[in-house]
Amino acid sequence: MSSATDTPTDAIAGDGIVRAADGTPLKRSLARALRREKLRSFLLIAPLLAFVVISFLLPIADMLFRSVENNIVRDTIPETVQTLASWDADSGELPDERVFAALYRDLQIAVEKRIHTRLGSRLNYEKSGMSGLFRKTGREVRRLEAEGPFRERFIEIDEDWADIEVWAVIKRYSPPYTPGYFLNAVDAELTAEGVEMKPENERIYLTLFWRTLVMSLMITLSCLLLGYPIGYLLSHLPARSANLLMILVLLPFWTSLLVRTSAWKVLLQQQGVINDFLVWINLIDDAGRLVMINNQTGTIIAMTHILLPFMILPLYSVMQTISPSYVRAAKSLGASDWTAFWRVYFPQTVPGIGAGAILVFILAIGYYITPELVGGTSGIFISNRIAYHISTSLNWGLAAALGTILLLLVMALFYVYDRIVGIDNVKLG
Amino acid sequence: MSSPLPPYASTLQLTWFYAFRVICGLIFFFLIFPILVIVPLSFNAENFFTFTPGMLRLDPDAYSFKHYVDFFTNPDWQQALYNSVTIAPAATILATVLGTLAAIGLSQAHVPYKSAIMAILISPMIVPLIISAAGMYFFYSRLGLQGTYIGVVLAHAALGTPFVIITVTATLVGFYRSLVRAAASMGADPVTTFFKVQMPLIMPGVISGALFAFITSFDEVVVVLFLGSASQKTLPWQMFIGLREQISPTILAVASVMVALSIALLFTLEMLRRRSERLRGLSPG
Repeated sequence: MSSATDTPTDAIAGDGIVRAADGTPLKRSLARALRREKLRSFLLIAPLLAFVVISFLLPIADMLFRSVENNIVRDTIPETVQTLASWDADSGELPDERVFAALYRDLQIAVEKRIHTRLGSRLNYEKSGMSGLFRKTGREVRRLEAEGPFRERFIEIDEDWADIEVWAVIKRYSPPYTPGYFLNAVDAELTAEGVEMKPENERIYLTLFWRTLVMSLMITLSCLLLGYPIGYLLSHLPARSANLLMILVLLPFWTSLLVRTSAWKVLLQQQGVINDFLVWINLIDDAGRLVMINNQTGTIIAMTHILLPFMILPLYSVMQTISPSYVRAAKSLGASDWTAFWRVYFPQTVPGIGAGAILVFILAIGYYITPELVGGTSGIFISNRIAYHISTSLNWGLAAALGTILLLLVMALFYVYDRIVGIDNVKLG
Repeated sequence: MSSPLPPYASTLQLTWFYAFRVICGLIFFFLIFPILVIVPLSFNAENFFTFTPGMLRLDPDAYSFKHYVDFFTNPDWQQALYNSVTIAPAATILATVLGTLAAIGLSQAHVPYKSAIMAILISPMIVPLIISAAGMYFFYSRLGLQGTYIGVVLAHAALGTPFVIITVTATLVGFYRSLVRAAASMGADPVTTFFKVQMPLIMPGVISGALFAFITSFDEVVVVLFLGSASQKTLPWQMFIGLREQISPTILAVASVMVALSIALLFTLEMLRRRSERLRGLSPG
């Protein structure tokens, strides 16, 4: 700003301080203007910031919290948890009579409130059989006399109460916070000896994470393979025809996800359009109809189609800025078509490839709807498992832990995207 | 169109030139065919998801409007349509007003913590939908907003704001700031300046942001699936349930209507883009 030098001489008082028209020193006046401007922009941003924080960020934080929160044990059987604190699981002995008496009193209240089954289901995630144990005990415990010895009474109801491992699990999951859900989410469990991996044949989540990553990578690659020629063609055509062809890219982009997924369901079914066509041209016989849906093939085809515009648009915007003189110069220096493309043109498109590939990959690993509808059992993603735990198995802690891991993965990728493309440079349409 | 190849091009170059165009043609076919194929299928007179022999013979009896009639008379679909056209506009208005104000704020010269604020405001676009849906489901249940109209509108508005921010910010980059100063120097107060000078110029960006927000809400299914109850079911919800459980050809009729809608939307956006470019060409920015 050049106002200091432009100031007419009469604004400079005898003390040599530059003053604004109203007599305040210019420095202070400018600082005040800047403060006002900052305040104004903040006031404009504040409503949305508050809205996003409350309606979006707090829910996410709540979910992160849920993945470690474990108050259910100490809320349901508080006295048992307290008396169990002095018991040593490694001693090889059952807890003493005080603990059983505490459990009796706790369960009386819990059964009254009908919350003992919830505790059973919670502990069942860690050790199978706990749900049944609590349900059975809950039924019997009301008929129990308030007289000891409770230890024998409980073992009479179910001999699992004589199993030290049952008590060890209750003690292990008494604290208000637990790493248990996260361990489950990576196929590990907390045992007496510390953290251990589950047996090979029970490792479903690592397999699922791995499959999600591999399939997202395959989708990204096929998008790149199909998107690159289109970007090249569009950027080399005259603007008028390029704009016209762009409609063919933008129409799918603007069409509802559900519409496109249902289209693929119609096309890929065994009695669907593609199979009918192949039978009609005698490429396959009626018995040999291809299975292209409810498996990985279905997910990959449909998601490639859905995400392809997200690859083409960044590629196109980068390719548009590449001057044709470089390739011409290379050719005039004797490069073959291939060399000119590979050594001169292609390296200049790498930023576009990076932007498009990361964008498609980020979108792919979080996908839920399309794998759910066309993926069957072998073509589903980690998101589908999260949804299953929220709405069907009701294991919300595990859903939250899986979600947190997925979120961290996406954030890491987005950090890379921000480094390459810049968050402000996202272009739409 | 004349071939851009020079007359001395070799046969190999010529072959590759045409082969490349054929490949591109096939990719365009892959992009557009699935969307177009459902339109004729939606007129199927049978409850099939493929072309019947009659349809291939172009027999008029093999075509009918019955799936459209079902869409417009079936109470389930009608309720879904009603919910969709009431939820989406409400979410759009909320997202557009808040988003436009914030974008104007963000485009000022001195904004403290600009990149951090931007990251927060853009986050609903980045976080995978299933995670947003899970978080909102847990949190909104605590507040008693789960299964309510307001809950769904708030969630959809939050998902739509990043698009408004991005489009409006992009328009403001080309906005010539001295116009505001000129208006102010001629005695216009800030409100008048905003509505008479700034708003008309950034209008294309605001409208396209609003369209993005609208389509985000209108197409959204994951969040509404978790956050809504049966009385908030929208068209995508009904389609999703239909595709998963009892697949009915009415879905194809609904899909065709939605394709028509997206064509209209695309057309509007294209008009806006042209207008914006024209305006920008005039402004000395």
